[in-house]
Amino acid sequence: MPSAPSKLYADDVSLLVVTLDTNPFFWSTFPFPFAEFLSQVLAFLNTILLLGQLNQVIVIATGCNSCGYVYDSTSDKNHGSTTGTMPALYSNLLHNLDEFLARDRQLDADASHAPGIVPSSLLSGSLSMALCYIQRAFRSGPMPPQPRILCLQGAADGPEQYVAIMNAIFSAQHSTVPIDSCYIGSNNSAFLQQASYITGGIYYKPPQLDGLYQYLSTVFATDLHSRAFLRLPKSVGVDFRASCFCHKQTIDMGYVCSVCLSIFCEHHDKCSTCGSVFGQAQLDASAADRQRKA
Amino acid sequence: MSSRQVVKRAKYKTTVKDPGTPGVLKLTQDRFVFKPNDPTSKTKLDVEFRFIQGHKVTKEGSKQPPLLNLIRAQGSCIFELESFADLHVCRELVGFALNRNVPGEATKVISEEQLSPAEMALRIKLLQEDSKLQRLHKELVASGKLTESEFWATKKKLLDQDESRKLKQRIGFKNSLIFDTKPMSDGRINQVKFQLTPEIKYQIFALKPAVHQAFLNFVPSKMNEVDFWNKYFKAEYLHSTKNAVAAAAEAAEDEDLAVFLKDDEILEIEARKKVRRVDPTLDMEADQGDDYTHLPDHGIFRDGSKDISEAQNSLYKRTLLQDLNRQGAVVLEGKTLDMEMEHPRTVAEILARRKQECDGVVDEERRNRISKMTPIEDLQAQDNHPYAPLCIKDPRDYFDSQQANAVKTLDDSQAGMEQMKCSLGSEEAYDSLRASISKIKTTGLRDPLFSPDVALKVLNGLTKNITSTKYHLGKSSQESVLDILPNSTKEKLLDHWVCSQELLRHFWSSYPVSTQNLVSKTRRLKDSISQIYSKLEDIKVSAESDLRHHVSLVVHPMQQALNAALLHYEADIRKRNARGQKPNGYV
Repeated sequence: MPSAPSKLYADDVSLLVVTLDTNPFFWSTFPFPFAEFLSQVLAFLNTILLLGQLNQVIVIATGCNSCGYVYDSTSDKNHGSTTGTMPALYSNLLHNLDEFLARDRQLDADASHAPGIVPSSLLSGSLSMALCYIQRAFRSGPMPPQPRILCLQGAADGPEQYVAIMNAIFSAQHSTVPIDSCYIGSNNSAFLQQASYITGGIYYKPPQLDGLYQYLSTVFATDLHSRAFLRLPKSVGVDFRASCFCHKQTIDMGYVCSVCLSIFCEHHDKCSTCGSVFGQAQLDASAADRQRKA
Repeated sequence: MSSRQVVKRAKYKTTVKDPGTPGVLKLTQDRFVFKPNDPTSKTKLDVEFRFIQGHKVTKEGSKQPPLLNLIRAQGSCIFELESFADLHVCRELVGFALNRNVPGEATKVISEEQLSPAEMALRIKLLQEDSKLQRLHKELVASGKLTESEFWATKKKLLDQDESRKLKQRIGFKNSLIFDTKPMSDGRINQVKFQLTPEIKYQIFALKPAVHQAFLNFVPSKMNEVDFWNKYFKAEYLHSTKNAVAAAAEAAEDEDLAVFLKDDEILEIEARKKVRRVDPTLDMEADQGDDYTHLPDHGIFRDGSKDISEAQNSLYKRTLLQDLNRQGAVVLEGKTLDMEMEHPRTVAEILARRKQECDGVVDEERRNRISKMTPIEDLQAQDNHPYAPLCIKDPRDYFDSQQANAVKTLDDSQAGMEQMKCSLGSEEAYDSLRASISKIKTTGLRDPLFSPDVALKVLNGLTKNITSTKYHLGKSSQESVLDILPNSTKEKLLDHWVCSQELLRHFWSSYPVSTQNLVSKTRRLKDSISQIYSKLEDIKVSAESDLRHHVSLVVHPMQQALNAALLHYEADIRKRNARGQKPNGYV
């Protein structure tokens, strides 16, 4: 990323980091085709850049085995030119996305994947990469544009990523970066619900996917300054349940280590995270507290 | 506490400016009695604390005498006590008695620990400030569900927070430089007069250790106080004339005057201790110049001019930097409050004793001061983000976020649990995805992207969604799902929510049950949880017909949480009963 020019930004200039779910196993089973989805997302990205000349758009592809930057509107490496059918934004993004999928498949070639369960996307990785980019933008100039993250997610939540996703959410909250969530999967996503609730973003699950562009441009294209004056969809309830650290399953009642606050679904003699020993024979009262969550 | 009473001398006043009637004030847990010293007086009082609505006390340190004001409907009873120590004792008992006389309170549970008066006063103060905490305390402790120590064990953060707030305010020291004191002059004769107050003398002693030491040595054995201060100000005059040669000549003639002109001995000792005694908030690099004043071209003289030719008489010069640093150190050290400013010798002796005490604990003081620097609130940035806090302080704030899940009409019963099946292998899945990308590359974007009918449908759906959200969750983000309910039902639900959260917290923290105390505690908590469960059921039944379904949806998750605790209690009882039969031989 080149150093940002030292300009005085207005309060409606946006830095939008989009995490794009490119889980091939999810898209293979999803009735809405990926080509249709990608066409509407590309139009939405173009809309963000048209809303303001100083707006910046960064796209991160979320795969099963890796994540990668596939587009950066401030980069000098936009070597593609406008062709007869689509602008440079589209050709660059599609080219990089194709390369990313090829690399992601090579990582998957090591493990033989059996047909069956759809693996989860690496949402924690893409969130962490988005936050790293935003931190670089924060430190590049005196007044960076207002950053926010938009998660376009379709695959189901992976409970094994609970700790990493929660750490990313708390980092975003600490940096006052809202996380908007547009979940297109079958059910609601508890992780994205908590992410938008804790960071002050918008969580919305569009019922009609063929009008995805309308949802994106109406709800998620609003900049942070304008949200104070607009009436936007409000999330009806948040699923605050956690995942246990031993089996990576979602639980609503469990044990908590009193040293490192790790969450377990059953009683253990020793904490697998920090190594604390629970429930000694002489000190039965020092066992970990059992707490109910949500 | 059952036989606690206080008997103090006091004056009864009808108003603050009334001279008052002297007598004896007797305070017990349920009433107070005032008997005047004059038996023929008619101002006898015998009032129960049930009729007292509140009480006020005079702040210590103000000009008012120590007053205790007991407010009741037909007028206030004002008592002037003899000292503030007496006032504090009376205030503690009055606060305790007023808190004890809350209507409907049952017999107070005896506390297991011996509380200090400060701790008791702090708890009473917290209960008076926070009406929600007071209501929760009345609900749980007054009815015998929890003991005092159990209730306050989960409120330790409140107690610690309140204690740290007390130490924030400290009496400062005047920041005026004593060297700028102007003498009075009548202009007729070549003579000036200095007006010295005890505070000025104290400040001179604090600023100049040499003067302090000389005062202790010379007065009154060698000279009286007037002669001492005459010599002191003569030395100050010689310093201000910038004539080091004259100062050296005067020091050679008068041995006593030399003490003020040449203070290198005490300053040399002070310079060695200065780094350790100086407050950490000062700039330490600025003090390094003080040690190099003997070198040529170092230091800025007090009047701003540089006089290099008088290097041999540099002992009689003083720099502005030294004065400013000494002034800053004295200001930051602060001032002792209980010091009497009347007798100058007393001031000097107390200051000397204080310095001797300080030398032993200098390092400890420095460490305390460094740790005290960190939580100065004025120096910290404002942190008022509109996002959700990371720790739950009040369960009320989370009610709509947690309980509104019940209002959802979406099918979320398998949220996060459904595992989608995929019949394709990795090769086929990646190939199909890349084929989609190639398809977009080849054909380009569709025109139009989607049909206008779909756009209209989406906009109508969004509008309806926002409108229904407004109906369910209120017009603004601050409103909650409870706003469509009547106020009485809403308040009842929130109170039950807070109470059940507190009980569940104590319940789950009691497991595993290892002592007899925990056995009785879990039984008490189980009974309380059953009571709240029944109350929630009553709320559900007694709701109006159009709101019954809504109330039922809101109450259901609360009952689920309580039911989980009840089931766990029954299972644990069954397990412990089965294990308990083994010693009897029933294997």
